[in-house]
Amino acid sequence: MARFSILNLARNAISEHRNWTEHWRTPELKSDYDIVLVGAGGHGLATAWHLARVYGLTNIAVLEAGWLGGGNIARNTVTIRSNYMRDESIPFYVKSVEFFDRLTKDLNFNTMHSKRGMVDVLQTWGMVRDRRRRRLTMDLHGARYRPLSVQDLRRMVPKLTGGGPDARMPILGAEFHPDAAVNRHDAVAWGYARAIDAMGVEIHQNTPVTSITRGADGAVTGVETPRGFVRANKVALAVSGHTTTLSETAGLRLPLRTINLSAFVSEPLQPCIDVVVNCPDLGIYLSQSDKGELVIGGATDLGQSFRRDVKQHVFEDTVAAMLDLFPAFRRVKLLRQWGGHLDIAHDASPIISTTDVPGLFVSAGWWGGYKAIPAGGLCLAHLLATGTPHPLATPFGLRRFRHLEYVLEAGTTTAR
Amino acid sequence: MLLLHCPFCGPRSEIEFSYGGPAALPRPDDPAQISDADWVDWLTVPENRIGPVPERWCHSKGCGAWLTVRRDIRTHEILEVRHGA
Repeated sequence: MARFSILNLARNAISEHRNWTEHWRTPELKSDYDIVLVGAGGHGLATAWHLARVYGLTNIAVLEAGWLGGGNIARNTVTIRSNYMRDESIPFYVKSVEFFDRLTKDLNFNTMHSKRGMVDVLQTWGMVRDRRRRRLTMDLHGARYRPLSVQDLRRMVPKLTGGGPDARMPILGAEFHPDAAVNRHDAVAWGYARAIDAMGVEIHQNTPVTSITRGADGAVTGVETPRGFVRANKVALAVSGHTTTLSETAGLRLPLRTINLSAFVSEPLQPCIDVVVNCPDLGIYLSQSDKGELVIGGATDLGQSFRRDVKQHVFEDTVAAMLDLFPAFRRVKLLRQWGGHLDIAHDASPIISTTDVPGLFVSAGWWGGYKAIPAGGLCLAHLLATGTPHPLATPFGLRRFRHLEYVLEAGTTTAR
Repeated sequence: MLLLHCPFCGPRSEIEFSYGGPAALPRPDDPAQISDADWVDWLTVPENRIGPVPERWCHSKGCGAWLTVRRDIRTHEILEVRHGA
């Protein structure tokens, strides 16, 4: 695999880019690995990267049901931030933001990282108080959040002309989170894949795991796939909405339910918004991509769902909310919409944990898991390699449910 | 949008209802007799199969009744609506 550098780019430009080699292999599936990671999404790939890079483990297969970069890593709004609520959550996301800031260098792959900051537009007094409390907690953990006057907000986002004093919900204030960023989701998937392949980890696309098998002692022995049985003593699930579907094949029930979260993309516009704008009172957030498209995230449909489409009224509510604040976008056409499955735990916090099934590990409950990819990968890799939880992930084990140590996190964008 | 057949008001749009979360199995008769693990599982583990699951809906902008609905979470097909648990 060629390393990307100015020299290498120049050399390949001269040869009209015909001599690039493939960036990861398509190896034969072996029958035996030390570790099988189920799901080559952001979390699975990042876990493999940390296992290889930090813990020197490379006899690993990452099994992907579909294609690389085709799951939830392509079904999100690429918002990276650390403005969470709880003492347990904030340090985890601060670490993740740090990883993302240097990911291009770590992976030798341009992730098109743009540290543009996020502004929270506040339209109810309850939300103003909530965000103030959040700012004070974040201060303790080194995440930055600062209050913004309405005038400064309108100067920062000139297209935000709605929410005036006569509006149904006037804008009362704002908070700015300078640590927030966006990047390119495909580049994150491809960059991790290329890096772990170079270190010897195998990625197998079109290899769905159909069940997890256990031996007579109850411990995991491997996974069944249409390409044959794959033996491994350690199997980790990083499969988002299908965690329970797979864990139940091993007789393991988890406190998770699968929901649908949707987003939309508009036609490309001239550059007009250079921060991520989040409106928690209306349940909508948006940013503008490098191509000029508005990337719009909407409210969650809280009922369980294994669908990947969008309910019409969720769509209409989201668009109506956006037009309340951005009347200038009234005639903008929307090009694409998508919904992704995600699983949400009983307390809305993630689960990075061993399970009652020896050898079976889960990384699940990622509601807004894109921003957690590098730190989630580090913590699951640490758990797989050492058998003990990473200090950042100690509060996120399954034992918290048995011991009623919930981490009630409402810091996800659309949880209100 | 779902069309829920309220037993009192007839077919009504989903936006008249509030989602009340997954419907749990009946509460264990004698909590002292079951293990802590089973008790916590009863509290926190919902049915999450790819198919019909039970859930609670309140007709909050209608008659106010709490309903138990069986809905296929892959197709959104409503299989059953009944009053109460």
